[in-house]
Amino acid sequence: MDIKELREIASTTRQKQTKTRIRCCSAAGCLSSEGEAVKKNLETAIAEAGLGEKVEVCGVGCMKFCGRGPLVAVDDHDQLYEFVTPDQVGDIVKKLQESDAVAETGLISGDPHHPFYALQRNIALENSGNIDPESIDEYIALGGYEQMYKVIHEMTPGEVITEIDKSGLRGRGGGGYPTGLKWATVAKMPGQQKYVICNADEGDPGAFMDRSVLESDPHRILEGMAIAGYAVGANHGYIYVRAEYPLAIKRLQKAIQQARRYGLMGTQIFDSPIDFKVDIRVGAGAFVCGEETALIASVEGKRGNPRPRPPYPAQSGLWASPTLINNVETYANVVPIIREGGDWYASIGTEKSKGTKVFALTGKVENAGLIEVPMGTTVRQVVEEMGGGVPDGGKVKAVQTGGPSGGCIPGDKLDTPIEYDTLLALGTMMGSGGMIVMDESTNMVDVAQFYMDFCKSESCGKCIPCRAGTVQLYDLLTRFLEGEATQTDLAKLENLCYMVKETSLCGLGMSAPNPVISTLRYFRHEYEALLKV
Amino acid sequence: MTVATDRQTTPPSADHPSGDKRFKVLDATMKRNQFSQDALIEILHKAQEIFGYLEEDVLLYVARGLKLPLSRVFGVATFYHLFSLKPSGKHTCVVCLGTACYVKGAGDLLKMLDQEVHLKPGETTEDGQMSLVTARCIGACGIAPAVVYDGKVLGKQTEDSVLMAVQPWLGNS
Repeated sequence: MDIKELREIASTTRQKQTKTRIRCCSAAGCLSSEGEAVKKNLETAIAEAGLGEKVEVCGVGCMKFCGRGPLVAVDDHDQLYEFVTPDQVGDIVKKLQESDAVAETGLISGDPHHPFYALQRNIALENSGNIDPESIDEYIALGGYEQMYKVIHEMTPGEVITEIDKSGLRGRGGGGYPTGLKWATVAKMPGQQKYVICNADEGDPGAFMDRSVLESDPHRILEGMAIAGYAVGANHGYIYVRAEYPLAIKRLQKAIQQARRYGLMGTQIFDSPIDFKVDIRVGAGAFVCGEETALIASVEGKRGNPRPRPPYPAQSGLWASPTLINNVETYANVVPIIREGGDWYASIGTEKSKGTKVFALTGKVENAGLIEVPMGTTVRQVVEEMGGGVPDGGKVKAVQTGGPSGGCIPGDKLDTPIEYDTLLALGTMMGSGGMIVMDESTNMVDVAQFYMDFCKSESCGKCIPCRAGTVQLYDLLTRFLEGEATQTDLAKLENLCYMVKETSLCGLGMSAPNPVISTLRYFRHEYEALLKV
Repeated sequence: MTVATDRQTTPPSADHPSGDKRFKVLDATMKRNQFSQDALIEILHKAQEIFGYLEEDVLLYVARGLKLPLSRVFGVATFYHLFSLKPSGKHTCVVCLGTACYVKGAGDLLKMLDQEVHLKPGETTEDGQMSLVTARCIGACGIAPAVVYDGKVLGKQTEDSVLMAVQPWLGNS
């Protein structure tokens, strides 16, 4: 494959796309509500109506408004349908044929210009919902793999890293470590064999961004990893993906096969001396494997036990070789940064948090789904303007971010802009991007106990503070919920939280008490109300 | 999540001392992974898919195949939640317990199943018809609460809809 062939594929694919496209969401959310049947029926109905020449039905990646699926969009008509049932496809076809002439059909028209969409700025998700994730040609038609060509043939590894550094991109897995710096560290390490790992072990309960990116645009991740591999000098990549995401695994496997067949993965990519191959490693259900040293152990086929750092994976990671680990969303941002330049990316967002962030907005909120907003957008804008607030006019009590490692943003602090540092100051964190809205009916002590239950069963058991501490915290919280707790228990709970946080070995234990600490901070009265009198 | 539920008995074969042809499939998987020790997790996934669960024999067989101590294989099999050392029921109901599902009532679904079907998470009915499992998060939060019935994900579940869905698995008792 050379660049001429690549561009030829792009232009022939674009030429073929002259028909009106009916896009059917084929990501996990919509597929779970009969999305597949909708697509099949549409294909049959279009063929039966003799519209095959003009109209094309296309299964695309996540169309973001998951709470209202299955979603179907008719491109030329600027039309979006929500909650489509398989037997409604006839009405969609009728509408296509007779434009507005059809009376009440029971179809629910969505608004493609709804604030939910209008306030988004799609960079990582730019292809999501627009292309067929199972077709490499469609990805190439939108300029796919061009940036990989560009870095291999026109840039030195150093220049690639400078560009990433300039963009100000910080790790989207939650910690927010500067990506450029991480890449530079791995690049500087001596040694022949280096590895690139994509952390797709999205263990946060209540988060599905990584899943959506993998299901909607797998080639974007492969290209991002290949660019990273070139920059740091690695020729082998692993994607560590959760077994709970079978569709993502299937699409990734397909994408790797397609890329290999086109000569875009493997040896001598684009007729250069550069080799890069990607393998998939399927996780087996362990939250701790999101932690990088545990993830590496798991890739090596061992128990996912973390180990103390340093040495960091950048120095000694997979099979003791220098290893670059980034999250799915981080890799998804690489291609646009190379394409538009680091300065362009740095112009979006705020001073210390550049670019955009994808959130999975769920819980007690009117519009649930996937959103990508520039950093600096306030929580209120996300929850109330885009999310439409709590259904039936309820009040937002708290917004939980960061999963079990995060905490709650109370209802009166919704005007906080979303940035790594402001969220940390509130006692929560960006996390990988789950954003769960809770209303007045939610009992915060119960939520804290829910997270502690999660952490105690997910603790790998290697270090005592985490193994025993989380169990003690859980038992204390249970005492509260059963009305058995005393003032001493409250003090004990608080002390224990800090002890577990400060003495645990890895990120899981260090952050396990966060939901308790943050609910104690903002909703202490709820704990006090449960005390035994 | 692949949970093989159909544990059929295969006729004896001369190829394997146990006479179980499923070991041949396992052999092929190990061979495809070049008997590499770091592919242990992939091989256990496949083994569970073939056998339905990881019985001791299978763990021994894998350990021998990959030249790993049994303790290591056992350690890995028990560390990860998706591996099961007990046979599961013919049908599986997975209730997602992600935060979004939880705040939208997944806990109530479990309570209902406990009361009506007398199953707690991790248990299987006495007749081996149905297992109840919980998942940490299946990433279908937009349609919370979500429940997976024999691999099929359904969203926005209520106590009634769950009961309706599992009823046919429970026979007439």
